[in-house]
Amino acid sequence: MRPDEVFAVIRAKFSEAKEETGTNGIIIPKESLLEVSRYLKNLPLAFDNLHCITAIDRKEKMELVYTLYSIREHHGVTLKTYLTLEDLNVASLSKVWKSANWLEREVYDLFGVVFLNHPDLRRILNPYDWKGFPLRKDYSHPELIAKPRL
Amino acid sequence: MAVIEKIPAAKLIHKIPGGGFFLTTTESLFKWGKASSLWPMTFGLACCAFEMIAAGASRFDIDRFGAGVFRASPRQCDVMIVAGTICVKMNDCIRRLYAQMPEPKYVIAMGNCAISGGIFYYDTYSVTKGMESLGIAVDVFIPGCPPRPENLLVGLMKLQEKIRNEKDAAG
Repeated sequence: MRPDEVFAVIRAKFSEAKEETGTNGIIIPKESLLEVSRYLKNLPLAFDNLHCITAIDRKEKMELVYTLYSIREHHGVTLKTYLTLEDLNVASLSKVWKSANWLEREVYDLFGVVFLNHPDLRRILNPYDWKGFPLRKDYSHPELIAKPRL
Repeated sequence: MAVIEKIPAAKLIHKIPGGGFFLTTTESLFKWGKASSLWPMTFGLACCAFEMIAAGASRFDIDRFGAGVFRASPRQCDVMIVAGTICVKMNDCIRRLYAQMPEPKYVIAMGNCAISGGIFYYDTYSVTKGMESLGIAVDVFIPGCPPRPENLLVGLMKLQEKIRNEKDAAG
């Protein structure tokens, strides 16, 4: 299926889904993320592989990006969810796709997004006693040596 | 050329003319033996590890210098070749491995990352700025990003030189 066909199928079921301008990404409000994921996992779309979860710090909001692929149907889709900085809580997808477990831990570790109902939400890359979330734009660290700009 | 001149510690050995034996100090004999039989630890942290592996394989053959037996346990080693970037999460692990090695022990910092942080010196939150910032004394620094296997061999020979010229004997 082409990306626009995938979008049409999702749109027919969930009217709140929007297409992001400039990309093939599909924007889902965070309330319906879990419901949409359960639908995508099964037929007719059969997205059986959650490739990647990442986040983008846009300063005024946090963007969550889910990259999905269907090994069975050979098509892919990119889901996006916008979070406000005041409320960085979102439902965990680890019950839907097993791979979400570590991917969500990584996003939590680096961006501080809290995944609700996650089975084991610990840091995964940084030491467990690490303070702060390194990939946020406002992150600073006392031992960080700034590169002199010429 | 006499056989005696091919021995690295030739200067320390005095041959008695016409004699079938030689005189030396036990210290220099021990040091020669120690330098010629280094046991490095299997310990690669990043891309420098591949150069170390290449140095261990048949093409460069670190075994020619008596340091080919890479052991998987720190308790059986006397050289720690720190090959690669030291992440902050690795700090405790390196300290523990170093503490587990029996004396006498030596450290080779291989590559820019193990020396000072290298390309990760600036703007990085997760990389330790070199082996000495962990409080572990380094015997030989081998610069390069990564250093070629030949450079590792040169570093190893420098370490052997250092061991042969050590002041006290049994170490």
